[in-house]
Amino acid sequence: MNERNGTEPLLRVEKLTKRYERQGRLWRGESVLALDCVSLAIRAGTTLALVGESGSGKSTLALCLALLERPTSGGIWFKERDLTALGDREQRGIRGQVQMIFQDPAAALNPRWSVAEIVREPLVVQGQGSRREREDRAIAVLKQAGLAAELATRRPGELSGGQRQRVAIARALVLAPKLLILDEVLSALDCSVQAQIVNLLLELQRSLGLTYLFITHDLAMAAHVGDEIAVLERGRLVEQGAVEQIMQKPQHQATRNLLGSTPRMIASGALKQEL
Amino acid sequence: MGRVLRRSLMASLLDVRDLHVSYPSAAGGYPALAGVNFCVGRGETLGVLGESGSGKSTLAATLLRLLPAGGTIDSGQILLDGVDVLKMSPRELRELRGKRLSLISQEPSLALHPTMRVGEQVGEVLRSHEARGAAGRRERVRDILGRVFPDDAGRITSRYAHELSGGQRQRVLIAQAIACEPVLLVADEPTASLDPSTQHEILSLFRQLQRDLRIGVVFITHNPALLLNFAERVLVLYGGKVVECGPTKNVLLAPQHPYTRALLRCVPAFEGAQARGRKAALPIIGGVAPNLAVLTKGCVFEPRCADRMEVCLTREPRRVALDARHEAACLKFGE
Repeated sequence: MNERNGTEPLLRVEKLTKRYERQGRLWRGESVLALDCVSLAIRAGTTLALVGESGSGKSTLALCLALLERPTSGGIWFKERDLTALGDREQRGIRGQVQMIFQDPAAALNPRWSVAEIVREPLVVQGQGSRREREDRAIAVLKQAGLAAELATRRPGELSGGQRQRVAIARALVLAPKLLILDEVLSALDCSVQAQIVNLLLELQRSLGLTYLFITHDLAMAAHVGDEIAVLERGRLVEQGAVEQIMQKPQHQATRNLLGSTPRMIASGALKQEL
Repeated sequence: MGRVLRRSLMASLLDVRDLHVSYPSAAGGYPALAGVNFCVGRGETLGVLGESGSGKSTLAATLLRLLPAGGTIDSGQILLDGVDVLKMSPRELRELRGKRLSLISQEPSLALHPTMRVGEQVGEVLRSHEARGAAGRRERVRDILGRVFPDDAGRITSRYAHELSGGQRQRVLIAQAIACEPVLLVADEPTASLDPSTQHEILSLFRQLQRDLRIGVVFITHNPALLLNFAERVLVLYGGKVVECGPTKNVLLAPQHPYTRALLRCVPAFEGAQARGRKAALPIIGGVAPNLAVLTKGCVFEPRCADRMEVCLTREPRRVALDARHEAACLKFGE
């Protein structure tokens, strides 16, 4: 790929475990093991596509990596620093480098704020730049996300689904992160809009050298955007490898099940040849 | 317009003719459906493929006369077994909905009652339509739940909605929808919130019920891949109009309308990933979804179309028969 694509992983997860204690008297002492000793690594400038069924722990892993949940045990090494060992104040400094984008942009954006206010808020929280600089930076990242500056005064309700997801991407970019955690960012969008957002993400990865954890249940999309694919099943990472290897020689039954149940519309090749 | 198709399906279960539906806007109303025609045969599955703003959810709501306030059915006919749903009285509609014509909606968690057990919720559909005693209803509920939960119907009956997974909730909705053995099911993105393996299971269930009970299905989705091994025919909606309609294999594997072709190209290849080049830009449809409030004389897809011609600006395309069963509304194919 490029010089960033070295052997050193940008992110290394080691034996990450997350146990949720059930609340209430009835359940006292019972717990749910959402992540069970998960280890994985993502090289800088590459994309790891994380697939798995509902309830397999994909989103829990995303929340732990984005420092929005504290894991029960295990380590998250980002640029050779263990994030789980950091205090709240130190974590704040890391947050700018690890940003998360959510599935439903309609729910992830404050409906009462303008696009400009939404996009510059991370700068305000992190105390970066003067008011003027923040405004300029917001407009610059909106452009990077493919949105016209005129949209800066709009509110999310006035935008289409694709435009809202672009606002969420702009907000994630504003702090110049290294790692983006993309949690099902396409699944609320139409096919033609999905293609536009994927192209934007691929373009941003090339131009900014970003590293992605791309969480999806669409294996075809995982195979398209990923360099590697990791498969989660009931909290366990059952398989990780290069895209070609996973797609052609899946080792684990969970992977084979996912492959089998993905609707293979173009697998026949009929459409591709015709087009 | 649709002449070939109509003749071949004379004994259609559902026959929608020239349906026009609009919503109010500052400019005086925009058309959500503008002249939609199609048929569904008894026991047939019709896939309706459309993106946001294509009018697909409006179509689902219109078929059951459940349009939100403000939505107006301006003209057209919806003939179910020859009787026009649009001419029915409120009382006739109550008889129709849930009994002969059922709707399965997208969000199973919103469609179920939070404090009623699953068995009671399915029983309620029966109570409002059939004069069975309590014991007869219980037996029928057991029977229906047995169809949708072959392994654990007994356990599910006494559960509440929040105790079920997304796929299980969707199965309960299906049980409610088929309780009175309707002739037609309208399913509006019923698997959109489910993961692929659950999606797969729900589609198989649909197929099986349809075979066993001979129910016609209008299956609305934005995901073409779901329809390939599922629907018998596919209808593509764009900007409130039917742009292409025909047997599934023809429409999805050899699409003819420029919109259908562009839409299907957006979907990433599966094994073909290497052929296209992994991480290469996907083909996209340029431009934005049509603004239906602005009336255009010509083709609604013209601004985004790769094959546009001058005539497309001024003349509205009609559906042209490409072969006995496949139609597309594009001036490329003549007028």
